[in-house]
Amino acid sequence: MSYVPDHLHYRDSHEWIDPQTGAVGITDHAQNELTDVVFVELPKLGALVNAGDQIAVVESVKAASDIYSPASGEVIEINDDLAGEPALINTDPFGRGWIYKIKAGHAAELDALMDAAAYRQHIA
Amino acid sequence: MSENTPMKRSPLHDAHVALGARLVPFAGWEMPVQYSGIVDEHKAVRASAGVFDISHMGQFLVEGRDAEAFLNRMLTNNISRLAPGHGQYTLLLNERGGVIDDLIAYRMSEREFFLVVNASMIDVDYAWLQKHISDTDVRLVDISAETGGLAIQGPKSRAVLRAVLGEGATYPERNTIQLSTSGDGVLYLCGTGYTGEEGFEFFAPAATITGWFEKFVSAARERGGMPVGLGARDTLRLEMGYPLNGNDLSPDKTPLEAGLGFFVDFEKGKFIGREVLVKQKSEGVLTRLTGFRMTAPSPPPRAHYPVFANGEVIAETCSGGLSPSLAQGIGMAYLPLAFSRPGCAIEIVIRDRRYPAETVKKPFYRKPSN
Repeated sequence: MSYVPDHLHYRDSHEWIDPQTGAVGITDHAQNELTDVVFVELPKLGALVNAGDQIAVVESVKAASDIYSPASGEVIEINDDLAGEPALINTDPFGRGWIYKIKAGHAAELDALMDAAAYRQHIA
Repeated sequence: MSENTPMKRSPLHDAHVALGARLVPFAGWEMPVQYSGIVDEHKAVRASAGVFDISHMGQFLVEGRDAEAFLNRMLTNNISRLAPGHGQYTLLLNERGGVIDDLIAYRMSEREFFLVVNASMIDVDYAWLQKHISDTDVRLVDISAETGGLAIQGPKSRAVLRAVLGEGATYPERNTIQLSTSGDGVLYLCGTGYTGEEGFEFFAPAATITGWFEKFVSAARERGGMPVGLGARDTLRLEMGYPLNGNDLSPDKTPLEAGLGFFVDFEKGKFIGREVLVKQKSEGVLTRLTGFRMTAPSPPPRAHYPVFANGEVIAETCSGGLSPSLAQGIGMAYLPLAFSRPGCAIEIVIRDRRYPAETVKKPFYRKPSN
């Protein structure tokens, strides 16, 4: 059973966003499906993105998976630790495996995402 | 293949589901890509033993007074060199010298041969062979559907074999085949593999294969091994530089371009594609399947990425991936001859960015010597 923290919001393509910090990552369910993450292509600091834009790539041994931004805004921080240790996405997907932080400007976008209960339903 | 074509299922399908395997489409089959994880499974094969489902692979029996001459006309290697119980890697070519399939051919007796072909090519190979039999005394039988297969690979494969088949069981040495008959039907035990490790492949009637699989998996687990999916099968073979038909071999590339000249016998007489190869041998090949490794941190190279050198795209990657043993991106591409020797600087284009790489000698991975 995958872990789904209550305080995050979720996209149907398995990204999470923390509405407090703007941190974005992929879910425990997603990392479990991908397994063995070996490379993360990070977004550019300062990039302006729209919700739903392809913004990063997570590569496992077997395949490359596009990551879509759950919110619109400016990329204000990227997780450089993933360059040396991409497997953080596997070991700590909701913590040290975060990918980037976004300064999200539209609260309505976050409300349109799934809450934890809906996401649990989505992956059931 | 149309999306509506139902995928074929291995006789081990239920066993894979019970083990929690992730099943994916492969060559028209629904097969396990992994059980616990590709890297774990890969390392288990290098360190102890892995058990692979190879039931999707094809098996043909070729039999008759003219079978030997027929196979020598159809295949590149010299089948007359095989004593009963021995096998060889060989290639089936088209008239242009291009590769239809790579396979293992075994001689069972004077007039009987056993061929193991790629899953995706069973129907194509069968039709091509059948078309050329003409009025010779040769019978070709496709036993793929009734046959299940396992590969047991890794340094502990001898111990696994003894645990399952008994202390007295003879281990099949490399490129040999042993037949035994049981109440269930014929068992084929072959000293072959696709991992670079010591190992064997085992074919048995499809109806009995689940029982064998469970025994081999449990014997492997007791020795630190595990069931292994197609994901690790691919990384293991890639580390050895073994070609995968469809990725690295194609109807437009000859065995000489693929670096498989060792498996072509020019002295044995006529075979399909020979004229083209003779000409190519005397004139020299223009491209050669060449190994490369990434020399700086990069995404893993994968199939169909452009290869860049001297300001232009010179090729496209065939196989590629992250080598779990080397923790480095590796791959192969048909490069112009000038780039086919080791140590040439090239770049691999991944999502519009160029990453540095260099050509290397195959195999990529060599077992540490003791």
